[in-house]
Amino acid sequence: MGGLIKSSIARKVAMALSGFFLVFFLLFHCTVNMTSVFSADIYNQFSHFLGTNFVVQALMQPILVFGIVFHFVMGFILEIQNRRSRGVKYVQYKGSANASWVSRNMLISGAVILAFFGLHFYDFFIPELVHKYVESHPEDPTRYFPELLHKFENPVRIGLYVVSFVLLAMHLWHGFASAFQSMGVNNKYTPGIKKFSKAFALVVPAAFIFIALFHHLNGH
Amino acid sequence: MKLNLKIWRQKDAKSKGQMITYPLNGVDGDMSFLEMLDILNEDLVNKGEEPVEFDHDCREGICGTCSLQINGEPHGPDRLVTTCQLHMRKFNDGDTIIIEPFRAKAFPVIKDLVVDRSSFDRIQQAGGFISVNTSGNTVDANAIPIEKHVADKAMDAATCIGCGACVAACKNASAMLFTSAKVSQFALLPQGQVEAADRVQHMVRQMDLEGFGNCTNTGACEVECPKGISLENIARMNREYLSANIKG
Ligand code: SF4
Ligand code: FES
Repeated sequence: MGGLIKSSIARKVAMALSGFFLVFFLLFHCTVNMTSVFSADIYNQFSHFLGTNFVVQALMQPILVFGIVFHFVMGFILEIQNRRSRGVKYVQYKGSANASWVSRNMLISGAVILAFFGLHFYDFFIPELVHKYVESHPEDPTRYFPELLHKFENPVRIGLYVVSFVLLAMHLWHGFASAFQSMGVNNKYTPGIKKFSKAFALVVPAAFIFIALFHHLNGH
Repeated sequence: MKLNLKIWRQKDAKSKGQMITYPLNGVDGDMSFLEMLDILNEDLVNKGEEPVEFDHDCREGICGTCSLQINGEPHGPDRLVTTCQLHMRKFNDGDTIIIEPFRAKAFPVIKDLVVDRSSFDRIQQAGGFISVNTSGNTVDANAIPIEKHVADKAMDAATCIGCGACVAACKNASAMLFTSAKVSQFALLPQGQVEAADRVQHMVRQMDLEGFGNCTNTGACEVECPKGISLENIARMNREYLSANIKG
């Protein structure tokens, strides 16, 4: 993929665009999950719609999977290229003197999020596919909420969930504002954009954590 | 003051280098970092040893020749100064100071602390200029009115001395700050417009060919740049590059 996009700025823009796309998806996902806190009915309706709508299933879902895979694969390729660009390593490199830890370690936060995706696919996506296409159950529009509660029973899973979302917050803390800079936006609105993106980086992962804890504590 | 210097010694481009420790006495706080190295070299020459090679020229922060990674930071711990302007009063008696060459695949070591930064020259040659007709009817640049804040921005970008500290500081060894300063100083002015699209495309292509890394917006370059070149220039170059490619 690194060869496909030849220039470093094009790769940078591709990372920013796929990042923006994932940020929007995250906000959407968070909103849908949040409905489960208020009403099992609304959550079921949303999930039923998303799970059965042809456009969502046949078009949006593959685009989403592509976006995720692209962002990860490109991120890893960039990291490998960047490491090679140093050549001989420094005996002493004081990265903390001039850049934040999160900005220098997007690979670490990214890798944890990737591991979380593995868990998430195992937890939700694969059972969903099995349920629908392998076991071919008839669609029951009320099944989603109980399934959600069931997933949030295990405290180990909750722990992994919380850790992953803390790392996601760190990834967004640098990544969201950074994507604007990559797209060439650096002007009088930049301080505002930075504040907004940092607030987003805290609020959205915190909301995911809240939803998980809420159901864990109330669900049974 | 008394110092313990750990310096990268490398015989030539092909040899494998290593860190060598040199104790040094009689260093004064008012000396510059390079004067301190001069004293070390005098000692070494007197002892019949090879002096430590390092780059320098103007010694007043304007030529961009001096370099050095000092205690893990390019141009040392001070801000907005080059190594030649760094004073020894920034260090304490008994300190150990680690001195290494700037590290990047595109900046190969020639000897000891001297690196080959001609990759920067090639980026500049790829487009960092304006073609002016000198056949006798040249228009005086001052005849074109330019808004003060625009002229100031162009001037700020033009203060880049091409030292390479941005590359040395960047965890990705990216040369985006340097290249963007050189793109910006022209992109902002009417004289630079004619060749703007070609310039940015050619300079970025050359930058990539030289093997510099990809920018991930950590901002380390801006912090370490002795001339305070701003990240705004990188965003401007991204815009210039995108619009040049969209327009074809
Ligand atoms: S941008 Fe700053 S650090 Fe980079 S070469 Fe120019 S003056 Fe040196
Ligand atoms: S020797 Fe010229 S800038 Fe340091």
